[in-house]
Amino acid sequence: MSKPKSILDHQQLQITIHRLCRQLIENHDCFKQTVLIGLQPRGVDLCQKIKQTFETSFNINSLEVGSLDITFYRDDFRRRENPLTVNSTDLNVSLEDKNVILIDDVLFTGRSVRAALDALYDYGRPNSVELLVLIDRRLSRHLPIQPNYVGHTIDVVADERVYVEWGDNERVILKSS
Amino acid sequence: MSELSVRNLLGIKHLQNEDIHLIFKIADNFKEVINRPIRKVPSLRDMTVANLFFENSTRTKLSFELAEKRLSADILNFSASSSSVKKGETLIDTVNNILAMKVDMLVIRHPNVGAASFLSKHINIPIINAGDGAHEHPTQALLDAYSIREKFGEVEGKKVVIVGDILHSRVALSNIFCLKKLNAEVKVCGPTTLMPKYIESLGVTYEPNLMKALEWCDVANMLRIQLERQDINYFPSNKEYSTLYGLNKERLDTLSKHITVMHPGPINRGVEITSDVADSKQSIILEQVENGVAIRMAVLYLLANSIKK
Repeated sequence: MSKPKSILDHQQLQITIHRLCRQLIENHDCFKQTVLIGLQPRGVDLCQKIKQTFETSFNINSLEVGSLDITFYRDDFRRRENPLTVNSTDLNVSLEDKNVILIDDVLFTGRSVRAALDALYDYGRPNSVELLVLIDRRLSRHLPIQPNYVGHTIDVVADERVYVEWGDNERVILKSS
Repeated sequence: MSELSVRNLLGIKHLQNEDIHLIFKIADNFKEVINRPIRKVPSLRDMTVANLFFENSTRTKLSFELAEKRLSADILNFSASSSSVKKGETLIDTVNNILAMKVDMLVIRHPNVGAASFLSKHINIPIINAGDGAHEHPTQALLDAYSIREKFGEVEGKKVVIVGDILHSRVALSNIFCLKKLNAEVKVCGPTTLMPKYIESLGVTYEPNLMKALEWCDVANMLRIQLERQDINYFPSNKEYSTLYGLNKERLDTLSKHITVMHPGPINRGVEITSDVADSKQSIILEQVENGVAIRMAVLYLLANSIKK
């Protein structure tokens, strides 16, 4: 395996998340009807990071957030070698007439987002749904799905994988398998 | 672990401790699903499940059917009383004819011990045993243990007494296997005539005195007398049984602690349990029924996973 290549270092990641927050503020005004939903498992970390940034840097504290597990909606059930791991859904808000922002770390084939849209509608009929991703692998789409908010766009080949790491050493790297 | 170690659910005896925990974990997810505004997920939308009931059932049949519907599977219902079994068709022939209609999974209840196990040797689709004679009823034991876990946080270390017709009860045997695998302490209680001879070899103890058993336990699982399986009279009368082994409010109130009361249904009110106990706050009988759907969804989902496309 070759050495991992850096896509966003710690500082660049901070700047990117701040920019995404500003873009959300521009479009969602007071966030009164907005719900941020992180996709399990890794979108949830990004969702929490965005919520934290809103609280610490923009003094916006009343955001409604949730997490959504899409395992039962995936189109690769029984097609995979490794069985799917189920995570929990935590949505304590009604989505009826809400503006939903789906959040995931990496947009690859678009199949997870397709499953997420199906799952979302089982909780009510939102007024609108937008998609926010930290990394958009724009040449890898299998479905006609495009994000509304993008942290960083990359062109990579299929056997390369993007890793978003949180914790003390927050960064985004690219590894080839 | 995200896959079961077995391909069929024939009995709790064949499950590993990890399998039971995995089923519980997935059932947690499905419990959330069945409490949503839209109580359905599309996981099994390309599968057909046949429910073969060679013996009467209300709860188990409805519960399986609902679980399959909540997973978006297509369903084929079969009950022996209104079928060609009456005309002399064999079990294998009946099942093979159903399989020829492209069925992906089979749920079977049969009055004969080992029916599900026998079928599993002749057909190669996943089979779920929904009760075979006086042998096993694995999904009932799973939902009972799941209900204890929900009530107490865990099953390990809990003291459970199973009261009643242990000799003819598949619920008792599956419950004993399941609770022991989850490291609970188990006692059985009831008339000596309704106790299997070597019951203690399963790691449980026999307590003939109901009050002593109740005083000891955290949970009392009250079983119905299986009259349909009894060839002789094992006790003089229902009244006498109820006097010695029936759970009533007076008995519950004299205990030094609050115990939880369970019953797998159907209840014979006034025999093994009185109405005021069955409908009391200490009873989790209806929670058991709700959990049954989540548990069966989990079992169906996990077994479906083994059928690769």
